[in-house]
Amino acid sequence: MSDGFWQMGGYARFVWPCFALAGLVLAWNLWAARRHHAAARRRVQRALAMNPGGDA
Amino acid sequence: MWTWFYRLASPPSVYRIAAVATPWLLAGALLAIAYGTIDGLAFAPPDYQQGDAFRIIYVHAPSAWLSLFGYMVMAVTGAIGLIWRIKMGYAVAAASAPIGASFTVLALVTGSLWGRPMWGTYWAWDPRLTSELILLFLYVGVMSLRSAFEDPARGDRAAALLAVVGVVNVPIIHYSVQWWNSLHQGATVAKMGKPEMPGSMLWPLLSMMLGFMLFYAAVLSMRVRGEVLNRERQSAWVRAAVE
Repeated sequence: MSDGFWQMGGYARFVWPCFALAGLVLAWNLWAARRHHAAARRRVQRALAMNPGGDA
Repeated sequence: MWTWFYRLASPPSVYRIAAVATPWLLAGALLAIAYGTIDGLAFAPPDYQQGDAFRIIYVHAPSAWLSLFGYMVMAVTGAIGLIWRIKMGYAVAAASAPIGASFTVLALVTGSLWGRPMWGTYWAWDPRLTSELILLFLYVGVMSLRSAFEDPARGDRAAALLAVVGVVNVPIIHYSVQWWNSLHQGATVAKMGKPEMPGSMLWPLLSMMLGFMLFYAAVLSMRVRGEVLNRERQSAWVRAAVE
């Protein structure tokens, strides 16, 4: 990649942080959603382990 | 038709459909975002007025659009929960709130970073910027209100009510650039009949819009599955699904 691409016509310090932040927000959403589902699953499994025959 | 709708909106159906849809939505999202990012950063020509700073639009516009869309999903599904007492309405509303809030933050920060070189300031109390900030406060208010009640059902109802009332802010955000004098530029993509961008700039933007929408749907599906497990953990089908 040429230097011109990374410099973004002199706007690099505005353009790149925007894309970096967008990447972070996407990654956080993915991680948080997986964590949310995994935590809910663990809660049900824990309840099942404590009371296998009855209500979860 | 209503029977079919109620069956489709039942927790086991939603849980199963979300599980099947998530990987496909995510794959489509990543493809569209990858294409949009590469094309938008490397191949789209610089704007004749804004130079390369205009490339911020490729993350700013999709995130701003999702901030509104996520709110509408939250309000409409909350209203469905309130009116028809469909439990999944509340679950989807709860799942949409943190996603929409995160994209509102992204829209505000990228807008601010775009504003500095174009307007000479990171922030102005401009109608579009201020109404978008109020949207963020609404998201935070809805999430806080939901968790403020010991009884989750009451929290769901109160949060849905606030979300529905807050819908009044959505057209204000959208039309603020027309109703008042605003630093913010007018619509460029919404004019599908005659968009103000050439194809070489527009295609990566449309691809990013599609990618962000698919990503939202994928993450919403994952969160809804978690919400279903939390809300239905007394049910036999949940025990069977988790075992």
